[in-house]
Amino acid sequence: MYNFDFVKPTSLADAVKAMAQEDAQALGGGQTLIPTLKQRLASPAVLVSLSGIAEMKGVCVGDDGALCIGGATPHATVAKEAAAKFPALAALAAGIGDPAVRNRGTIGGSLANNDPSACYPSAVLATGATIVTNTRKIAADDFFEGLFTTALEPGEIITEVRFPVPERGAYAKFQQPASRFALTGAFVAKYGSGVRVAITGASENGVFRWTEAEKALSANFSAGALDGLTVPSDGLIGDLHGTPAYRANLVKVMTKRAVASA
Amino acid sequence: MPKDHGIGASSKRREDVRFLTGKGRYTDDINLRGQAHAVFVRSQVAHGKIRKIDTSDAEAMPGVLKVFTSADFDGKGGVPCGWQIHDRAGNPMLEPKHPILAEGKVRYVGDAVACVVAETLEQARDAAEAVVVDIDELPAVIDMKEAVKGGALVHDELGSNLCYDWGFIEDNKAATDEAFKTAHHVTTLELVNNRLIPNAMEPRVAIGDYSQAGDDYTLYTTSQNPHMIRLLMGAFVLSIPEHKLRVVAPDVGGGFGSKIFHYVEEAFVTHASKVVNRPVKWTCSRSESFLTDAHGRDHVTKIELALDKDGHFQAIRTETYANMGAYLSTFSTAVPTYLHGTLMAGNYKTPHVYVNVKAVFTNTVPVDAYRGAGRPEATYQLERVIDMAAREMGIDPIEIRRRNFVQPDEFPYQTPVAVQYDTGNYQATMDKLIEIADLAGFEKRRAESAKKGLLRGLGVNCYIEACGIAPSNLVGQLGARAGLYESATVRVNATGGLVVMTGSHSHGQGHETAFPQVIAEMIGIPENMIEVVHGDTANTPMGMGTYGSRSLAVGGSAMVKATNKIIAKAKKIAAHLMEASEGDIELKDGKFSVAGTDKSVDWGAVCLAAYVPHNYPLESLEPGLEETAFYDPSNFTYPAGAYACEVEVDPETGKVTICSFAAADDFGNVVNPMIVSGQVHGGLAQGIGQAMLEAAAYDENGQLLSGSYMDYAMPRADDLPFYKVDHSCQTPCTHNPLGVKGCGEAGAIGSPPAVVNAVIDALQRGGHKHVTHIDMPVSPSRVWQAING
Ligand SMILES: Cc1cc2nc3c(=O)[nH]c(=O)nc-3n(C[C@H](O)[C@H](O)[C@H](O)COP(=O)(O)OP(=O)(O)OC[C@H]3O[C@@H](n4cnc5c(N)ncnc54)[C@H](O)[C@@H]3O)c2cc1C
Repeated sequence: MYNFDFVKPTSLADAVKAMAQEDAQALGGGQTLIPTLKQRLASPAVLVSLSGIAEMKGVCVGDDGALCIGGATPHATVAKEAAAKFPALAALAAGIGDPAVRNRGTIGGSLANNDPSACYPSAVLATGATIVTNTRKIAADDFFEGLFTTALEPGEIITEVRFPVPERGAYAKFQQPASRFALTGAFVAKYGSGVRVAITGASENGVFRWTEAEKALSANFSAGALDGLTVPSDGLIGDLHGTPAYRANLVKVMTKRAVASA
Repeated sequence: MPKDHGIGASSKRREDVRFLTGKGRYTDDINLRGQAHAVFVRSQVAHGKIRKIDTSDAEAMPGVLKVFTSADFDGKGGVPCGWQIHDRAGNPMLEPKHPILAEGKVRYVGDAVACVVAETLEQARDAAEAVVVDIDELPAVIDMKEAVKGGALVHDELGSNLCYDWGFIEDNKAATDEAFKTAHHVTTLELVNNRLIPNAMEPRVAIGDYSQAGDDYTLYTTSQNPHMIRLLMGAFVLSIPEHKLRVVAPDVGGGFGSKIFHYVEEAFVTHASKVVNRPVKWTCSRSESFLTDAHGRDHVTKIELALDKDGHFQAIRTETYANMGAYLSTFSTAVPTYLHGTLMAGNYKTPHVYVNVKAVFTNTVPVDAYRGAGRPEATYQLERVIDMAAREMGIDPIEIRRRNFVQPDEFPYQTPVAVQYDTGNYQATMDKLIEIADLAGFEKRRAESAKKGLLRGLGVNCYIEACGIAPSNLVGQLGARAGLYESATVRVNATGGLVVMTGSHSHGQGHETAFPQVIAEMIGIPENMIEVVHGDTANTPMGMGTYGSRSLAVGGSAMVKATNKIIAKAKKIAAHLMEASEGDIELKDGKFSVAGTDKSVDWGAVCLAAYVPHNYPLESLEPGLEETAFYDPSNFTYPAGAYACEVEVDPETGKVTICSFAAADDFGNVVNPMIVSGQVHGGLAQGIGQAMLEAAAYDENGQLLSGSYMDYAMPRADDLPFYKVDHSCQTPCTHNPLGVKGCGEAGAIGSPPAVVNAVIDALQRGGHKHVTHIDMPVSPSRVWQAING
């Protein structure tokens, strides 16, 4: 690690102020950022911890019925407190990493990082959630901009994520054998207005919506409705753990399994 | 009633008290006064000419004591290889120098180019980043078969990337080839034994401590064999005589082979501490471990098996490419040769066996022994090709093995590949396996799996290994540059307690518990009267350390010899005390008695007499009770067994789940069944890890793709089933005093073929008849690819 200053504000306003300093960086649970610092791959001047800001933590239900999760809420809290209202999301959170990761890592950190194999982005995109920051609200469809890139401006802080709760929904994750991130994961969400399907882990451009599946499932919400679809492997990730063709297969298999368990 | 102490008791591991309560004392826990810190500047490219190393900026940075390059090691030797192989024509292997810091060229990503020694670790890190290394990159030599065709050379001065082309036994070749010509059936299999990264929980650490006062050195290091490090480093690298060099390997957090070898960092800190006149400490980071710990396995093999019409094996012929990496690590050359070729007969009577191994230099980190070392490679290819032959010939895989077993009445059995098995009973372990694995219930379980849409398969195989290494005169003839005896000093104290100073080294094996069990049994005193001291050349006799499942078989035998000397002397003392004749003295339950009388004197009184010799035969007997013994085995030991694995394959994703794993081993006599089970459990985890998950992968430029746990898949508890292990089949070793064979590597040796055989069986039974082999690790993507390929 290189040296840095560390601040731990207790209000969002103070955090925003601290983030205005040169080379300041937000610190959520540190599950991604701390290893990066240890390898000397980043050198922020100031780390602004978000973990002491009560207004950014917790799970509640908004006036519109949406499930609202504070941007600094750890995965373990979501796993527990979202279970009654949105079990699919709670199950997703419960399947991230190990207990240490779940008790430190936060939803805001996960979304800001936008790892192409992360779990949360699929839930956010499949539900058409709203990402609330200190300056604005961003629709899920506008938020994810490819590998490790998002619509966030420098210094912008995710304060909350609002999930419209689907009638039925499920996340099916196929674990990468080493990291146990998603080699491919599918989140399926069924609303009165139709079905949305988001796929993580598979694409070189990060999380994406599988629109053919959405159409087929909106007409007939059953795993069998996907039988006739094929997933092209162009643009899918090929690495030690699977070829693009293998991931294309997983996209379909995992989506079917998500539908079956929704 | 199971015993509660002594040989055969499952005494609880006393060392676990400190390990489990955070009280272990590992090398990194040692901090010496005035200690400075070393950080290596390592090559980022796999192959290149060093044009210039500019250390001036780094040297000017705060806290920097010195920046070392190869120039600072002028006149010092390279790190030696411990085993010289001769090739098919009788010529010695090609042997490059392995300098402490790279000289002229870098040869793998992670090769040490320079090293900063500074007041603090952070200062050393900062300065290491400021060392400017100007390298002319050269094409990397990665693929072994390409490497031997010519092109880029890892070592220009050697003129070839082929370290040796070894034939074993060369005289068998003609008859083997002939047997193939007349065979009824030949099965051929090409396979890869995947490269592994050892991943001991404790990364390597070395602290050099030069004392100007005594002009002597102490090296604290994470080693499985401190005496060997002292010998190699002192004699070959730094020219320090043994009496000026002490090597201490305190608690060591796992080795699995990777801490046998003498590494450049050990020599570096030892020498550097004299140059800067301060203790110098180096602690390897996990990322650095991935790049610089010697890797394991990495063989590419073609094996052929010739059979007659009844499935009797007629001949085996193999051709293996074995990766040496960029330099020859300590035991690297022995692993694919004498630890591999000698096991190619397996548990079977095959009249003709010929093994050819080509060892190849590549621009990758050196490859050396890893749990099993050569024997897993032999077992895997043999047990895979047997399964394949059975399938091709329509013979049950268990039946074909039984037909070819060396039968219980055929021991000692001379194999065509030099070794002679002293004892064994392969039918018995197979029978035991069938019972504990409930193979009779397999079809029912298969039907249950099928209901879930899963393909269930069963894999069975045998293994034999040669361990308890090794007869020194034999290995000397074969090219070993060291003896492989073991030593023990048993020191009895005046009040009867005892300390065993052993040349073996315990880094997880449980010696501190098991060794006392043996002595407790021999003398008849409680185990807690006995302590084990190991790991420090200053207070243990010269010994060769722990690897090759040798500690109890060889180190334990030395201890038994020393204890017998103690008992013999104690009987003399007892005879004197009881005014009886020595020949009439019996020792039982810690009491010496005179046969046929009620006279007795207890152990403690004899010990006291030895050290307070007021009433003592001083004219004929020295006071004191301390004896040393060296034991050199007359043969290897040959643990063997039969393993069964059941898997479920999800045909949609290719994911394999291990449903059950059973191991029936014959380890000869067992001193502590619980420790033996633990050793088997750990070995199985590593073998299953190799089969299912682990793979070290370099890209064509020599960059390590699996350089962290994000991409290198270690087995975790939930990847593994609850094992059924049994070691009740016991044919005691005939040539060591305890009748023990060694159990440390068996699990890792025997398990990979069981897993792969099971996966192939599942796919075959599931109708995917075209799938006859999948290389390890049998990852989901590979299995899916095979199904859909
Ligand atoms: C062993 C391990 C296993 C894991 N397994 C999984 C898995 O299976 N699935 C999965 O999805 N993830 C997994 N993760 C990642 C984990 O979910 C992390 O929580 C996540 O990547 C980052 O969250 P964090 O709160 O720790 O963020 P940090 O590491 O603190 O920060 C990450 C980035 O986000 C920024 N940031 C943090 N909070 C905010 C905010 N509120 N607003 C704006 N920017 C912010 C930081 O500046 C930084 O750039 C794993 C991580 C580890 C270490």
